[in-house]
Amino acid sequence: MSAPEFVYTVYIAAPAERVWNALVDGDVTRKYWGHENRSDWRPGSRWEHVRVGPGGEVDVAGRVIEIDPPHRLVVSWFSPEDEGDSARTSHVTYEVTAMGEEARLVVTHSDLNEEGMRLGVSAGWPLVLSSLKSYLEAGKGLAALDRRIEELSDQ
Amino acid sequence: MVFKALADESRRQLLDRLFARGGQTLGMLAAGLPMSRQAVAKHLAILEAANLVSVHWRGREKLHYLNPIPIGEIVRRWVGKFEDARVESLTGLKAELEDAAIEIKEKRNVRT
Repeated sequence: MSAPEFVYTVYIAAPAERVWNALVDGDVTRKYWGHENRSDWRPGSRWEHVRVGPGGEVDVAGRVIEIDPPHRLVVSWFSPEDEGDSARTSHVTYEVTAMGEEARLVVTHSDLNEEGMRLGVSAGWPLVLSSLKSYLEAGKGLAALDRRIEELSDQ
Repeated sequence: MVFKALADESRRQLLDRLFARGGQTLGMLAAGLPMSRQAVAKHLAILEAANLVSVHWRGREKLHYLNPIPIGEIVRRWVGKFEDARVESLTGLKAELEDAAIEIKEKRNVRT
């Protein structure tokens, strides 16, 4: 992996296990991300980022490259139509560090060569991570993210 | 902490540089700035403590990235609230109009 394009850090007032679970449990991701993250989360397995709604579109897919619960998860990341195209495959690393009853989550996105995905990702991660934080701290995701997903569905 | 970190022109300039290009080292960020390397390092440490800068180690190289999440939280604290309220009032208005439309329809049905 080359130097990442984006590195985002968010501090969350929740135990590391809850933060980890909020990344890999589809029933939780749908509440703050508008998508279900689906996989059996074994190294080499496929993972899918499925939009909540009647269409159930797979917006992103990839493979589980490395997993060490509840600390570190590395996945590949591509649009389903770009599957197998290594130039259009990027990589995401999630690192959860426990800090007492709180946790730090660092999300690193690397190998983002494709312009469209790069723009989407730079706009998307800050919103998703803020939504995750408000969901875990207040039990409620961000309305702003729901609106963005509605816009996406209208396109 | 975020406001203190932002309340300095040099630090805002460093964030501008990281916005333009993520993943820069201290040396890259200090180049062309009218500040000593030590001064830039100190400003970066303040930005890092305020979580406005994320770091990534590539071997022994420390790469710096703009981390906009705390700024987004400030925006939502004072701007997002109004936006949510507006959306809620619009949703309320939509529901009211739809109820009114149903009433009108029902009245018409009674008439015909």
